[in-house]
Amino acid sequence: MIKVEQTLKISKIKDGTVIDHITAGKAMKVLSILNIDEKSNSSVSIGVRVPSSKMGFKDVVKIENRNLEKFEVDKISLIAPDASISIVKDYEVTQKYTVELPSRIVGIVKCHNANCITNVKEPVSSEFALVSKKPLVIRCNFCERNMNEREILTSL
Amino acid sequence: MLKNRSIVSIDDVSQPELEDIFKTADEMSDHLKQGKPLKILDGRIMATFFFEPSTRTRLSFESAMNRLGGSVISVSEARSSSVAKGETLADTVRMAESYSDVIVIRHPMEGAAKLAARFSSKPIINAGDGSGQHPTQTIMDLYTIRKELGNINGKTVTMVGDLRYGRTVHSLLLALSNYDVEVNLISPEILKIPEYIISRLPKNFKVNVSADFDSAVEQSDVLYVTRIQKERFTDQNEYLSVIGSYSVTPETLEKMKEKSIIMHPLPRIDEIAPEVDLSPKAAYFKQASNGVPVRMALVSMILG
Repeated sequence: MIKVEQTLKISKIKDGTVIDHITAGKAMKVLSILNIDEKSNSSVSIGVRVPSSKMGFKDVVKIENRNLEKFEVDKISLIAPDASISIVKDYEVTQKYTVELPSRIVGIVKCHNANCITNVKEPVSSEFALVSKKPLVIRCNFCERNMNEREILTSL
Repeated sequence: MLKNRSIVSIDDVSQPELEDIFKTADEMSDHLKQGKPLKILDGRIMATFFFEPSTRTRLSFESAMNRLGGSVISVSEARSSSVAKGETLADTVRMAESYSDVIVIRHPMEGAAKLAARFSSKPIINAGDGSGQHPTQTIMDLYTIRKELGNINGKTVTMVGDLRYGRTVHSLLLALSNYDVEVNLISPEILKIPEYIISRLPKNFKVNVSADFDSAVEQSDVLYVTRIQKERFTDQNEYLSVIGSYSVTPETLEKMKEKSIIMHPLPRIDEIAPEVDLSPKAAYFKQASNGVPVRMALVSMILG
């Protein structure tokens, strides 16, 4: 029953990327990470709080004619650690994988500590080590400050 | 073991390496007492960059290098350096590495020494990065405890004052967590130790984050007092609300264990009354003087 409902709500795409198993409520943040707004060329379907046997509820995002870069997948992994990515070609899934939190997070999160040396004009990217997956905690490799999920969300 | 290594965080020095530094510092201390000139680092150059004011740290590093027979080049103040003209720290360090063999840096921003180490092929010594770390102060603090009390293990250490911005307590607490010690932390609510430091301590480490001053004083072998740092407050009213929260007086001395010491990274304002200076428990000037032999040991081992 759920499957039929989902199919009705979110139609299949011909070519592009399906991001499934997004933590419920985080779909809009995923779009923001991917810089998808009213000026984007891609067609996008969004499912918010879709019932899921695995997660209870989940969000789903389907984007036509768009492939994701590695840094975009890494960013998604920080806000939706269970997300799965399917690459679709001519209505067929040609590749499917689950996102993975990288052990070293480089250049995608701004350090939350305003007095961190990475926040001034220096030729370095921000760099964090993964401290814990659940709850999500990362540590700046420069100032050694920890950032939690809430702080990461505001710094992506 | 420490040869050509940067010391950015206290974690950069292992326990056996700390013991080696302490032994070498004892030897350096003997040399200093005998007034023997050393030529260990003849022809070697230390560059010092103090982008934040410093008296003790800077003088003791420079004294240590001169005592070892080396020489020091330095920028007298940050305002006169190229950084004031907009040069990045990375470029400053790239320039300095070709002029010197070791670079000592103090900077108001956290992570500055780490960044410097990324851009330098010469060893970097962190002499304080914002409210981050001050590893060489910690090494001399541990050395002082060991020298004054014979051992670090088995002791109770109480840290009092600004535990939020005080980089010396951050480094010291992390270092003490490798020993069998108990730690009491005492501070005004707004100057409590940051969670990011507590989260790095081992789970079984005995730390009491909301200790009572009077009872902690009675149990302590080491009372480590810090200054509430005016320069770290953006809101001066907040500073005025906490200044003078804790002070060590002759009455405090009476409550302390017979064989216990008072330490302070200095400078002090009013957190230790001048009358306390005459007590044999007052170890803060000895602590400051240990800066020279400890830094002589460290620099000689890095440039060895």
